[in-house]
Amino acid sequence: MNVNNIILAVCVVGGIGLIFGLLLAYASHIFKVEVDERVEKIQGILPGANCGSCGYAGCAAFAEAVVNGTAPVNGCTVGKAPVAEKVAGIMGVDAGEVKEVVARVMCTGDAASVVYKFEYSGIDDCKAAAKFGGGSKGCQSGCVGLGRCAKVCPFGAIEVKNGVAVVDDEKCQACGKCIKECPKALIKLVPKKQRHWVVCSNPETGKFVNQYCKNGCIGCRMCEKECHFDAIHVENNHAIIDYDKCKNCGLCAKKCPRGVIVSIPRPGAKPKVVVKDTPEENQ
Amino acid sequence: MALQIVSIMLSALLTENFVMVKFLGICPFLGVSKKVETSIGMGMAVTFVMALASAFTWIVNKALLIPFGLVYLQTIAFILIIAGLVQFVEMFMKKSMPALYSALGIYLPLITTNCAVLGVTLLNVQNYPDSFLFTLLYGVFAALGFTLAMLLMAGIREALDEESIPASFRGFPTALLTAGLMAIAFMGFSGFSLGG
Repeated sequence: MNVNNIILAVCVVGGIGLIFGLLLAYASHIFKVEVDERVEKIQGILPGANCGSCGYAGCAAFAEAVVNGTAPVNGCTVGKAPVAEKVAGIMGVDAGEVKEVVARVMCTGDAASVVYKFEYSGIDDCKAAAKFGGGSKGCQSGCVGLGRCAKVCPFGAIEVKNGVAVVDDEKCQACGKCIKECPKALIKLVPKKQRHWVVCSNPETGKFVNQYCKNGCIGCRMCEKECHFDAIHVENNHAIIDYDKCKNCGLCAKKCPRGVIVSIPRPGAKPKVVVKDTPEENQ
Repeated sequence: MALQIVSIMLSALLTENFVMVKFLGICPFLGVSKKVETSIGMGMAVTFVMALASAFTWIVNKALLIPFGLVYLQTIAFILIIAGLVQFVEMFMKKSMPALYSALGIYLPLITTNCAVLGVTLLNVQNYPDSFLFTLLYGVFAALGFTLAMLLMAGIREALDEESIPASFRGFPTALLTAGLMAIAFMGFSGFSLGG
């Protein structure tokens, strides 16, 4: 092996590379595409999680849509207000109010408070279990508790505690992936400011609820009578709060004989755990 | 001469079809063959790259590699040329056909590593080391053969999309089965031969 051979090889291959490089540099000048620089700026601000909760394929697609005017500047649910403000700054518009929402599981029928119809030992997945007689819990609309939502959550914000899925406010980015996966459609987006909500969605009458769940809403309408703002109503045998009307006074939660209305303290204080006096173990 | 040209064209298109007989370039063949429109675009891009790559590699091989005794660097030099050409095609498409550019997505830069393109150039220097015309012809017709296979596949897949296929067979499983059956069908051409 001659040193000259090595130098020759380097020169020839390097030369080819150099020539192509120069040609490409020239071509890139000719075929330059005018990209709106705002797109790149916005993309730099976005979290880059590509979660898709804004409804676009990813952060890049969202940035493009914002510049084109098809997406709102506050469309990023992960970045929330700080990102919306910066994006609005780039676009030269007002950010408006970012309505922060968080996913909530509308069930608290945990292992300690429900009656099980049978012991389920099939495929470890909510959808499979739900097809099997509606799940092992007596309540047909209760949380199946096998954590399909927890598995799909890209932020690790859902945990199954005692057979009921619980959302961690801090981690939840309201991307809505869990909502699509829940076979019982129990997960809903609730405004983050909302400190009271009803954690039951069963459509059965109180008589049936009493038979299989200690935590279920019996539709007694006491909350409805207590509310000064016409914000809570019993529909389909369970109470539903109208978040637009609710002033978060908490009267309904105090009055509820079943404790089915969650009441978390004002921001700053640690939220009360929804699941009551149950040991820290799964089922 | 004329017979040889026809023979090269036929063999590159059918009897030695790159996808169906030589099994080269399977990645874009499966990846972009969901719609007829994108498959034509991909086929055209590959044709362009293959034709240019055939010409450039022939020149480089003849003018640089052989005189300097660097034939052992063929693969790396050819890859370099192909990568440069693909980059050029990408720029060109982004400028003039943005819709096709976004439809092809990742598969466009992936032409760089498309083994069909490298395969064509390497087969060319092996089979037609002296004839620029044959090299170019083989390159163009191999690419057209690739386009043909893609087009057939895309047509079949579009029709299959409307069939009620069992859930576990939907998508890639059916595509792979289809590709296998098509490959068997292309084997039927192997009886053809025009001398040359």
